[in-house]
Amino acid sequence: MKKHRLSTRLWHWLNLWALAVLFMSGLNISNAHPHLYWGQWGFDPRTAWLNAWTFPGWATIPGYYSLGDARSWHLLFAWLFGVGLVVFLLIALANRHLWRDIVTRRKEWRWAEIRGDIAAHLRLDFHHGTGKYNFLQKLAYGLVLFILLPLMLLTGLAISPGSDAAFPWLIELFGGRQSARSIHFVVAWSLFAFLVIHVVLVLLSGPIRQIGDMITGGRSDEAA
Amino acid sequence: MKRRNVLAGLSAGVLAGCSKIGATKPMQKLFGAADGWHREMQRTLGGPEALAREFSPADISPFFRGNGTLDPGTASYAAHEASGFADWQLGVTGLVARPLALSLAQVRALPQRTQITRHDCVEGWSAIGQWTGPQLKTILDLAGLRPEARYIVFRCADNLGDGDYYESIDLVDAYHPQTIVAHQLNGAPLPIKNGAPLRMRIERQLGYKHAKFVTGIDAVASLQGIAGGKGGYWEDRGYQWYAGI
Repeated sequence: MKKHRLSTRLWHWLNLWALAVLFMSGLNISNAHPHLYWGQWGFDPRTAWLNAWTFPGWATIPGYYSLGDARSWHLLFAWLFGVGLVVFLLIALANRHLWRDIVTRRKEWRWAEIRGDIAAHLRLDFHHGTGKYNFLQKLAYGLVLFILLPLMLLTGLAISPGSDAAFPWLIELFGGRQSARSIHFVVAWSLFAFLVIHVVLVLLSGPIRQIGDMITGGRSDEAA
Repeated sequence: MKRRNVLAGLSAGVLAGCSKIGATKPMQKLFGAADGWHREMQRTLGGPEALAREFSPADISPFFRGNGTLDPGTASYAAHEASGFADWQLGVTGLVARPLALSLAQVRALPQRTQITRHDCVEGWSAIGQWTGPQLKTILDLAGLRPEARYIVFRCADNLGDGDYYESIDLVDAYHPQTIVAHQLNGAPLPIKNGAPLRMRIERQLGYKHAKFVTGIDAVASLQGIAGGKGGYWEDRGYQWYAGI
């Protein structure tokens, strides 16, 4: 039994690639009008709830300001991300990966347990807990898989005028087009924060083995 | 170990070289294809006739931002402006049975549609306004579209320094009930900054498709050979032809 299934590994790297391109081209798109609003409309930076920075060329795709080219990258990789996410979630639902490894159990929600898990993390002890993942891992992966990634897909669709005509309930769900755009931006940065924490924890917990396992599949230590 | 190096090198190369890769022919083809997939998905899921949301008068933005060309600034446009656009003509040409040259009075005399819609700019901002004008479909029927026609091209009076503004849509959007040639914004004649005296409303697409200062409606079989050949001023400069996404 491998630690990571082939479907998980394949999606992990494809999704990383897609998210990297989407995030960096998204920063280029944000530079066109780096002001965020709530509700259906908004165009005046003086009424914005957030005036974002202008992101530098080294952080954007392409490496210079080009709304048209950035959108080309964004709209192409949106397919890799969106189709990849839906297919992965369906496979992981079918092979019970989500249910077995990601969904938390009621007994994990006791404060004493959670406190112990946090304390273990602070001691940089990552080899604890029963299943494949400990409570904080399940929480983080669950948040990303079930909330943040689907929100990116749905708010991205909601921002599009063509989608708004095709399924108007979607934009209603987010409280208007500018609200959906604000959520798209905030969740993108939340995913970036997840990436930073994720990479730091991988580096602290034996990066060679961890990354190797995500490529080769590794061996499950669950059986022991 | 090797595989990891290859992967790291690959992704670094991909991110660093995006600008160069993006300019290659296969990538340009792929970008164009992805744009088409979005169009097909939206039209499949919503139906080709799906209407853009219409709002109530209470939702109208207090001000409707102008963008792009705020005033064409040419001597002939200034003369039209001085005469209240009394001599403005909307040509209907190309693959039509009866070419037309409509005056503003004739445009206003056609059956009108009024709609309160949200304008979504490609830059990201939105504004809500009320637009009035005849449906494009009425004008095309008047001129008698020939069966070879596949696209409608809009000719405009503004020039952005390196080319005349123009735009194009396919017949699905041309015959869509909310596609109108607007001469009024919020019940008053169109302000200059919003495209006086006539501008397009293509409600299911982003703002740059909504050509302003419209002088001509041209029915064509192909977009090749018109300016840069990509179907619009911004499209010739890298923007997506289908802007519903």
